Amino acid sequence: MKCRKCGEKAVIHMRQHKLALCKNHYLDWIPKQTQRFIHDNKMFSPEDRILVAVSGGKDSLVLWDVLSRLGYQVDGLYIGLGIDGGNGYSAESRRFTESFAAEHKLDLITYDIEEHEGLDIPTAASMTRRGRERPCSICGLSKRHIMNRVAIENNYDVLVTGHNLDDEAAVLFGNTLNWLTAYLQRQGPVLPNRSGLVKKAKPFFRFYERETAAYALLRGIEYMYDECPHAVGAKSIYYKELLNRLEADRRGAKLSFYLSFLRAKETMVFNSGGDDVELKLHPCTSCGQPTSTPDLCTYCRTWKEVRDRRETMLEQGIES
Amino acid sequence: MTARIHLRDKEFKVRSGMTIRSALLKLHIQPEAVLPTRDGELLTDDEILQERDEIRLIAVISGGAY
Repeated sequence: MKCRKCGEKAVIHMRQHKLALCKNHYLDWIPKQTQRFIHDNKMFSPEDRILVAVSGGKDSLVLWDVLSRLGYQVDGLYIGLGIDGGNGYSAESRRFTESFAAEHKLDLITYDIEEHEGLDIPTAASMTRRGRERPCSICGLSKRHIMNRVAIENNYDVLVTGHNLDDEAAVLFGNTLNWLTAYLQRQGPVLPNRSGLVKKAKPFFRFYERETAAYALLRGIEYMYDECPHAVGAKSIYYKELLNRLEADRRGAKLSFYLSFLRAKETMVFNSGGDDVELKLHPCTSCGQPTSTPDLCTYCRTWKEVRDRRETMLEQGIES
Repeated sequence: MTARIHLRDKEFKVRSGMTIRSALLKLHIQPEAVLPTRDGELLTDDEILQERDEIRLIAVISGGAY
């Protein structure tokens, strides 16, 4: 297969676009497309200070690379979760992130959960009823809270994440299976800022997962290849596999599923039954971040429960 | 007349002469979920497998959520 632009040997074929490109044209195409997505969706401008959440995986490192190449003022935020899983998952992810930042002379903020909360994510999860089997709930909750807090406290205008189309389509699929209209209303490539909540954007929302991986490979970006050990068997991965089966038979199915959802949302299809879009927010009595729950926000309440439980266990002489 | 396809710690033997895409579908590997490489070079999946080819697949699906 030949590159559509120059006729050289292609290295990637994007069937949904009927587009094959050689290495050089592909490395040129990804940033140009990203710039188009940023502009068309009014995500941010060159004057904005941007914070990118970096996990050490391919999507977030590629996003950091592309945004800095495009000339944006973009710093990284790495959140240390303390997950080992037999492969030193968090330590390795941090190593890839720090080495990328150093190599590209980019500023990185590191936030270690254990340092701030006294416990790492797996230990904390083991002390909650929901988290014993799977720590993803407290992990996701903590990351979302910390990302917002760090962005607000450091005066960033926008928080960006490396979510790709496969991520978005999988979430959409899950929300649609259960008709979670409140979640459907909130899903999109840009979430505007509200009092105390930073604006969020997903500049890679139209790229397939294999496209960000291909960019990392061709650009020589080293990333954490292994998955989080707790993601094994996750519903999101199962949905991605189902959608990829559909894509194999019908090229463009994933893209069309997500883009037609965004169009349907514009026509207010999901807005009639929603109940919590305009929830009244007030500051959490502990951390001051906006919350819709009375008194403490979910983050502070969950971590308080974790610390209380740990104290009780220590009093009873039980090792966590 | 075989080529070998590697995915993580698994190795599959397939007949040469077919495209990588056909081989992946025969092996029940979703072509969208991997990137084929030979000697570290990225390949399109219409590439015909040659005898003694060693194709390494890079898995691209990631899980977890922000």
